[in-house]
Amino acid sequence: MAEARSGVAAEGAEEAPMDRLLRGLLALNAVSAYAFLYLPIAVLILFSFSASRYASVWGGFSFRWYIHLFRDSAVRDALANSLFIAGLASVLATVMGTLLALGLERRRGHRHAARWDAAVTLPILIPDIVQGISLLLFFVLSFSALERLLGWRPTLGRTTVILAHTAFAISYVAVVVRARLAGMSRTLEEAAMDLGATEWQVLHRVTLPLVWPGVLGGGLLAFTLSLDEFVITFFTTGPGATTLPIQVWSMVRRGVTPEINALSSLILILSIVLVTLSLAVQRKR
Amino acid sequence: MNGTQEELTGASRFRPGWLLLPASVWWMVFFVMPLGILAAISFLRPGSPVEWSLTAGNYGRLLDPLLLKVFLRSLVMAAAATAVCLAIGYPMAYFMARQPPRLQKLLYFLTLIPLWANSLALTYAWMVLLRSDGVLERGLRWAGAIGPADDLRLLYTPASVVLGLVYWYLPFMVYPLYASLEKFDWRLLDAAMDLGATRWTALHRVMLPLTMPGIIGGCLLVFIPALGNFVVPQLMGGAKQALIGNVIQERFLSQPQDWPLGSALAMTMMVLVTAAVWAYFRYAREEHALG
Amino acid sequence: MRNLWAFLILAAAVALFAAALVFVPRSSSRATLRIFIWEEYIDPEVLALFEKEFAVAVTEDNYGSNEDLRAKLQAGASGYDLVVPSEYMVTLLARDGLLVELDLSRIPNLRNISARFRDPSYDPGHRHSVPYLWGVSGIGYNRQRVQPPPSSWGDLFEPERLTPYAGRVSLLNDMREVIGAALIHLGHSPNTVDPLELEEAKNLLLKQKAFVAKYDSEGFEDSLVSGETVMAHGWSGEVATARTQNSELEFAIPKEGTLMFVDSWAIPRGGPNRDLALEFINFTLRPEVSARIVNFVNYASANEEARTLVDPAVLTGPAYFLPEGVKFWWVEDLGDANKLYEQVWTELKGR
Repeated sequence: MAEARSGVAAEGAEEAPMDRLLRGLLALNAVSAYAFLYLPIAVLILFSFSASRYASVWGGFSFRWYIHLFRDSAVRDALANSLFIAGLASVLATVMGTLLALGLERRRGHRHAARWDAAVTLPILIPDIVQGISLLLFFVLSFSALERLLGWRPTLGRTTVILAHTAFAISYVAVVVRARLAGMSRTLEEAAMDLGATEWQVLHRVTLPLVWPGVLGGGLLAFTLSLDEFVITFFTTGPGATTLPIQVWSMVRRGVTPEINALSSLILILSIVLVTLSLAVQRKR
Repeated sequence: MNGTQEELTGASRFRPGWLLLPASVWWMVFFVMPLGILAAISFLRPGSPVEWSLTAGNYGRLLDPLLLKVFLRSLVMAAAATAVCLAIGYPMAYFMARQPPRLQKLLYFLTLIPLWANSLALTYAWMVLLRSDGVLERGLRWAGAIGPADDLRLLYTPASVVLGLVYWYLPFMVYPLYASLEKFDWRLLDAAMDLGATRWTALHRVMLPLTMPGIIGGCLLVFIPALGNFVVPQLMGGAKQALIGNVIQERFLSQPQDWPLGSALAMTMMVLVTAAVWAYFRYAREEHALG
Repeated sequence: MRNLWAFLILAAAVALFAAALVFVPRSSSRATLRIFIWEEYIDPEVLALFEKEFAVAVTEDNYGSNEDLRAKLQAGASGYDLVVPSEYMVTLLARDGLLVELDLSRIPNLRNISARFRDPSYDPGHRHSVPYLWGVSGIGYNRQRVQPPPSSWGDLFEPERLTPYAGRVSLLNDMREVIGAALIHLGHSPNTVDPLELEEAKNLLLKQKAFVAKYDSEGFEDSLVSGETVMAHGWSGEVATARTQNSELEFAIPKEGTLMFVDSWAIPRGGPNRDLALEFINFTLRPEVSARIVNFVNYASANEEARTLVDPAVLTGPAYFLPEGVKFWWVEDLGDANKLYEQVWTELKGR
């Protein structure tokens, strides 16, 4: 008995330092991973205050590139285009992606359910360069067909970019909303049905409010991805529809100026402020 | 068991077909049809830009040893980036999932924020850090870790390409892992250990299988875009070693254009990806059936 | 969680609408000239002057390479009124019927063009293009760190001369420029279609690769300025711009000769404002306008009459400096023989 107890005690004593070590290692990994994620961001922000023309050398502290940024109408137009495209594409994708996720959830257990699941993820997984090029070819060919049929030839522009972004963003929204639906109980919906609610009423009054966080999360993800999308945008954009990533891509052709850093820093700081604010607001409640 | 009940009550009253309609139509037009055109082009002869006669020769041309070498190199690079992402990402997601809810939320946002900055600008920031006589070398020199004349040559190497890929895609590894670990019932670990399992066995036999969908999902989200990425090898690799993404991009844009070869490469890549995804869902279903 | 998301989305929506209100591109009833051009390749002041004088609006979009431009025009991205392809791209675009024939009677200032660029081989009779800015490729270097200063392509290609600068040298990431430079060094034409000569160039490039830090057309001047590289294969105007940030930088044109490019105005098929585009080309050929552009862009103008009005510092710098008796080539489109170059390039990058 005494032996056994001492054994247990010994094991407990052994476990504690082991636990602490493991926890320490986990924390260390997390801290270094975040350091890894934020190290280049720190450099990016630091060099946005450099007076030098090139972002790779420090030329003394200056607000020169921020001032330049506010006067640069090309960057301003690109920002407006990006926000417009990301805004519209994410709204379209959120609506269609949510409907898709709801529809798929209703089909759970259906024969083709697994095939549908695979189909939903494909637009996420097909390499963006493949999607971009195929969309360009598609638009070219269908525009020529339109010209022949109607005598009217559309051009590549904001509309084509929105159409393309929506196509891949639907997937992200659908995946996020499905994840939310998967953890949800059906009882409320069934109760509503039993009480005589129509399909539409159930969706509108019961299901949608329950999955709302997933819908918003999916929408935010779609917005974020559209904002930084380069490859697909590159192939589908046209006159007057330069987005921020495209603008940056052409700007670096004559050397990377700290203006690009200043722009990225502003966007980052804005998003950090937004997150901090929302966390603070939440804390008060 | 849930399924039968649904079929009896829910399914008979819900007519979910129309919910699938908008997205299906959208994808048919802006995803399937474009890919169909690409598939068609991969069977045409190269011209300016294509000649309208059929051939299967473009796929034969993929067997060029140089192209195979580039393809193999891309696979190795993408696999290395995926492995590093998993090695960092799993413990990171584990750590996140064990924090109090508010902290979890904060940590989650902290992984989301880097995606808001322009990824090209962040890549250039990495180059400023890593280049000869850059921020990192100066820091190490100042700390006395390296001599004043030492040149570490960190940038423009295969390792710096992998680092760049890991940076671009680490958040996409963390999300699915976190999602599956967040749902994980931690009591299962304690139960396993109470039953005499060692810590390692418990992790290996209980936690790993239950979070496998997250692991595979994260790996796919990293591996596949990393395979097609052409910006990181060009910038952080000094464009010294082409990856498959560079070859596809060049055959579509640069002189001499060869759209059919580029299409054949893209289609091959797509078929491989689709096979991987299909295998994943089959696996997930079997796991589900077993569980 | 729900409140958080709702707040975030609300904030994003508010930001979006605010941005839309502030930034929505002003629609005007005035005619709009849409220019598609390289980044930082025209002084915005010049656009403003044109807008004022002709009571029109001008918009500028940018592309990063001739290939990007070609992809967009091939895709039927008409809607642009003016583009600025390089010489070989003018040939290709004209061949594919993507450019409009110019009415030269509308461009009287064409007489200001220097003899070198008049009636060029890539576009006989200026049927599709009017020369705008030009430059050459050469060797940019740091005079404090590279001794003796480079004077021939051998300084960039011979292993024994490269050894002290191993890993501190960059080459352009441009198939024709890199293979062309190797060919010139070997005493061949940079437009050769002889497989043996190209084989020789390939072997030279593979040997050289061990000393090369990177192939880079966009950031080579950043690296020269920061000291990351000490010698770089690059374009004159970029080195001229880099020199304003680091006075130790110099530009050498190898004595064997080098490749020259000239970017030219051209009107893509389907551009809605052809008359205005012609008016604009003529406008940029005014000597004072050309000079203003050169002072801003740091590349040399094809406009001979502008020379006396250009900032003397630019005139004596790398942009305009062309030593006597040095040979210059254009990059020519080689049709099927492009494949030979592509094989060399793929092998260089694939190894």
